[in-house]
Amino acid sequence: MNIIVCLKQTFDTEERIVLEDGVIKEEGVRYVINPYDEYAVEEGIRLKEEHGGEVVVISVGPSRTEEALRTALAMGADEAILADDPELFGDEYTIARVLAAIIQQREYDIILAGNQAVDDGSGQVAVRLAEELGIPHISTLTKLVVEGDRVTGYRDAEGNEEHVEGKLPILVTAQQGLNDPRYPSLIGIRRAGKKPLSHVTRADLGLSRDDIRPRTQVVKTFLPAAKQAGRILSGDLDAQVNELITALRTVEKVID
Amino acid sequence: MAKKVLVAADVRAGKLRKVTYEMLAAAGRVAEGGPIAVAILGHRVENLAAGLGDFGADTVYVADAPQLQEYTPAAYRKVLLEVVRGFTPDVILFAHSAVGRDLAPMVAMRMGAGQVSDAVDVAMEGGQIVFTRPIYAGKAFTKVVVREGVTVATLRPNNLEAASGGQGKSGTIQKVDVQLEPADLSTTVREIVQKTTGGVDLAEARIIVSGGRGVKSADGFKPLYELAEALGGAVGASRGACDAGYCDYALQIGQTGKVVTPDLYIACGISGAIQHLAGMSNAKVIVAINKDPEAPIFQVADYGIVGDLFEVVPKITAAVRQLKGQSV
Repeated sequence: MNIIVCLKQTFDTEERIVLEDGVIKEEGVRYVINPYDEYAVEEGIRLKEEHGGEVVVISVGPSRTEEALRTALAMGADEAILADDPELFGDEYTIARVLAAIIQQREYDIILAGNQAVDDGSGQVAVRLAEELGIPHISTLTKLVVEGDRVTGYRDAEGNEEHVEGKLPILVTAQQGLNDPRYPSLIGIRRAGKKPLSHVTRADLGLSRDDIRPRTQVVKTFLPAAKQAGRILSGDLDAQVNELITALRTVEKVID
Repeated sequence: MAKKVLVAADVRAGKLRKVTYEMLAAAGRVAEGGPIAVAILGHRVENLAAGLGDFGADTVYVADAPQLQEYTPAAYRKVLLEVVRGFTPDVILFAHSAVGRDLAPMVAMRMGAGQVSDAVDVAMEGGQIVFTRPIYAGKAFTKVVVREGVTVATLRPNNLEAASGGQGKSGTIQKVDVQLEPADLSTTVREIVQKTTGGVDLAEARIIVSGGRGVKSADGFKPLYELAEALGGAVGASRGACDAGYCDYALQIGQTGKVVTPDLYIACGISGAIQHLAGMSNAKVIVAINKDPEAPIFQVADYGIVGDLFEVVPKITAAVRQLKGQSV
């Protein structure tokens, strides 16, 4: 089975966001594989372990992304491709087109990705990619079963779990709960250094600037107003509860 | 400049969700006098179209077919693009919901259009539609514009004021001829299992009672469910509680998990890790209950009670029940 996993490198979720001249400061930040993409990597490796084949991990991002790809290789992926040519960066439209251009050069049965990234959180790229490739997709999966060319996914749909069926080739996106990603073993880390990691440029993909022109533009980045800590209630517990209920009813008007 | 705006209605369990009216309000802001249409897709949804003129719709497209009973991406995309061909909108608004967040990028990609996801606000600034959206789950925000072509956006529920009635638009109902082929049903929904209790969905819940590691066990969530039920709210959880196996990941709130903006968020036994705060700190009112007075959750809480949640929560439940005249 030819398995492709798309991943993005993101800030660790415990990082605070600091702005410098209106731009998010990246210095000294700890990076990780976007947690949702990490589920996709794990699921891809499990599919390989069950069905045989190869796992190729692909990312569009700056050269620091190599570290995230090496981690995926250490987990058990076989090959990595990094589009780190800045001319390939842009918005969700751009990234989906770049990923499609890379993937169209290869054979694939299943493509996995996170359902969103924990930084931009737009949840567009994977779905756009499926559209661009002209294949079906099932999103936000908490369970995936592949038997022959039949794919069953349990989709998290706002409190409902939809059991959805489709056929290979297909793209699926991972939701939390899909699996418990493994830590790379020492031997895995050693092997990862020898696995192929290639870089692609805009020229390699035969894309013109116009082909991947971003449709959207961020005009401003800002931090929310710091939330003021409120009051710790005091007195005996019954008095605290009374005060709370009264405040929620009459001051905040959030219960009636 | 007047623009044509299409609102993709968000339907759940045979009803229009409130976010549909929020999208109509957004449509009113950006249309600048242009026509507003609503698209309703589903099965036995014709009755939902009536009265939308009062909320600002000039036209209501209704696509009613058995194959649209459940959301499947390819079929919904095809039908919605059919509506787009007829109405030729400049702006298409979706809900940032299970359906909208999946359908919008498909439609946008087919149209070669840019999309702004998960917008919490929209305004006209200097003749441009400017969307405000959270990044890093609300640790920061961006203002985003679509530079060319059709503008597609998904709106986060519970953030914009819903459209008010009495607008007196015609709301002319137009049926969409649904023609689906086997290729349009490339995925099928075999079964739907309901996982949340009481059917109150976290994303739309006005009140959320949420538990963390301090809840100590799956059983420990029982008093939280009782409080949520008394308040008519939903139950959520922190990553700690989910990782510990006390509850399903579907309940997780945080930067990984769901981002929620209820009117009232009651955090029980949650310490307040940065990644959890990112998912809930934009709630209007936050109440924290924790044994540890130093817990970071108190830094974002409007009201804090330092104490054992197993003592505090049942007392609040009792007080709420008394207030609402509910029997125990």
